Amino acid sequence: MIAPPKPDLVTVNIDGKEIAVPKGTNVIEAARLVNVDVPHYCYHPKLTIVGNCRMCLIEMGLPAVDPATKAPIIDPATGKQKINWIPRPQIGCGTNVSPGLHVKTTSPMVKEAREGVMEFLLINHPLDCPICDQAGECKLQEQSTGYGRGYSRFIEQKNVKPKRTQLGPRVTLDDERCILCSRCIRFSKEVAKDDVLGFVDRGSYSTLTCFPGKQLANNYSLNTVDICPVGALTSTDFRFKMRVWFLKQTNSIDPESSVGANTVVWSREGQIYRVTPRRNDEVNDTWMADSGRELFKAVNAPDRLATTASIDTLVAQAAALFKANSTPGAIAVVGSGRSSVEEQFLTKQLAAALNATASTHLVSRVGQGDKLLISADRNPNVRGALVTGLISALPSQKLTALAAAIDAGKIKVVVSVGEDLAAVGLTAAQLAKVSFVYLGTHVNPTSAAAQVVLPTLSVFEKNGTFINQQFRLQKFAKAVPGPSGATDDLIVLAKLVTAASARLSSAPLAAIPSDLGSLWKLLAAEVPVLGPITYANLPETGLLLDATPFVALPFVEGETLHFKPVAPAVAVTV
Amino acid sequence: MAVITVERKPLTLLERTYLPQIVGGLATTFKHLIAPKKTLEYPEQRPAIPPGYRGVPTLVRDPNGREKCVSCQLCEFVCPPKAIRITPGEISADQTDRAHVEKAPLAFDIDMLRCIYCGLCQEVCPEEAIFLQNQYSMSGYTRAEMVNHKDKLYELGGTLPDQHYKWDKKKTAEEHGNAH
Repeated sequence: MIAPPKPDLVTVNIDGKEIAVPKGTNVIEAARLVNVDVPHYCYHPKLTIVGNCRMCLIEMGLPAVDPATKAPIIDPATGKQKINWIPRPQIGCGTNVSPGLHVKTTSPMVKEAREGVMEFLLINHPLDCPICDQAGECKLQEQSTGYGRGYSRFIEQKNVKPKRTQLGPRVTLDDERCILCSRCIRFSKEVAKDDVLGFVDRGSYSTLTCFPGKQLANNYSLNTVDICPVGALTSTDFRFKMRVWFLKQTNSIDPESSVGANTVVWSREGQIYRVTPRRNDEVNDTWMADSGRELFKAVNAPDRLATTASIDTLVAQAAALFKANSTPGAIAVVGSGRSSVEEQFLTKQLAAALNATASTHLVSRVGQGDKLLISADRNPNVRGALVTGLISALPSQKLTALAAAIDAGKIKVVVSVGEDLAAVGLTAAQLAKVSFVYLGTHVNPTSAAAQVVLPTLSVFEKNGTFINQQFRLQKFAKAVPGPSGATDDLIVLAKLVTAASARLSSAPLAAIPSDLGSLWKLLAAEVPVLGPITYANLPETGLLLDATPFVALPFVEGETLHFKPVAPAVAVTV
Repeated sequence: MAVITVERKPLTLLERTYLPQIVGGLATTFKHLIAPKKTLEYPEQRPAIPPGYRGVPTLVRDPNGREKCVSCQLCEFVCPPKAIRITPGEISADQTDRAHVEKAPLAFDIDMLRCIYCGLCQEVCPEEAIFLQNQYSMSGYTRAEMVNHKDKLYELGGTLPDQHYKWDKKKTAEEHGNAH
């Protein structure tokens, strides 16, 4: 790898602590490096700086030099170079570091300035905290404890503004709470590239609104809710559902496309309430698509597969099917680009144990990429199948080879890992000709036709890893327990592998582990590129794998945020 | 340890007759016979409850009959034995009399088998909607009966005086105030 060029470092002094930071860093970010918190509302690290909330006021000074000779002026009292402190507070977000910059963030002037800003911000702010969804993660609440007065000197009537304006299908605006930071406006303009929001009117009458005839309806609209520092923009879906302090946060990955946006799943007592993005500067910055936030609703869907039979009984039924069709090549395995790396590895073991390596398939899902955080490849983990060796070529959308083999009468049993075969080009007649073992979460035509149905878990209910389009290995964790009657995919697959290898009886495989710790040891041994990695030591922001063996493959992804395809993407024919 | 031998005095003649003790005992008995009764005939008679008593937690309405709870769930959060369980809900915009409050509990359950009568819910409530009032006796034949649902809580709580009329003021401001 080529090391990035070393940025020019600038030494600054923040509250007496010297630190070297890259040139162009602003004071808020520099202070964060020395664990000094500069309160702010309008500043967001991924948006342009406007400096309109005035909360990040700091006191700054530069080393004094003689105007004529440019020689440093030494303070005789301390023997050090004199600092010319600017008599007025400056905004931290709009001040970039310069050599020798001195910053005070705790001086009386700074405290007084921030208290003044807080008092102005709270003048028209309603006493809504008991009903406000932002309570608990509200910057205004947080800074009020540090810089608030505790009581109001404002005896006039507060402004009254509309309380539930629908800005779009997913976003509700409470205008009274808005502090006019303009983060949402800048996000729509700069990141979502859908410039629909703006302020109208002046002074305390200023109101956030959509431009006439427009709606905040793009697929990234809920990010404005995330970045709103107060409770002005609320998610219509999550509104009044649960207070955030009850919710458990679990790090996860958005499975809707191969971008692999990092997410946090917020759940309470086994129920998921919302999904928000998690910052990863290499993948999704601090954003995610709205469509990925609704996927959790499938977890409690009424068409969820479950069984009252024990998993061992079902595996025994599958084993009987395998035994009855023991001629080599009679069994086909359809893996999934939605399975985790570990599951794909076990699927590969299963295919090997069933002598089905030659007839192992994967289904490709291709959609339109939006050039931001949804790529053309709607499978989150096709690269995992390549890395683990489940497949060696890119998958196709229709399983024509499998259909031909079924027509020829070669294939008698198909093991499908979560793939609906009716949707990938197999006709009802072809489906009727073979027996199915189906592992999956939801009811579909294949599960209805299957002889053995093994209910498994969704991505929110298990641990695992995905490899995204950058070949970045990222892990997701179990947020909620699975429903009763469904078993972890890894356990099901491990049991199937054991049952399948028993069929051969000649060389029984060593017991296949189904826990991530032992499984990763096996993975590391068999897949060299995953060598030093374990599930536990994988960083939360992922690990970039060596992609060189796969560069030649014509991946379908186009350009997205932080990703440029190596080879020009082939034309997508849907 | 030194042993001190205490010499017991012999009983006098009067003491040996036991008469003074019998008379004294009868005097006490007859005094209580005519003295006012201290015992309460519970449950027909109930004790006077002192102010500040912490009885069964209840939900109250304001003098205009509006439910005060906005389901902020702070009581649920603070409750040490986790007796409170709230399902929050939105007040739809067509309920004109209270749509300005926006939020109210869909369900509010207090498990009285868990409640320890600590009063933290009353202390933490920002809307002054939950009070531990005079009711002190709860009974039931099943565990389910011992869970007070929203209707029961309002029935027990009744109406208490309000000092602020926060939401009424809000509505007035909306109608006549600085609206634009």
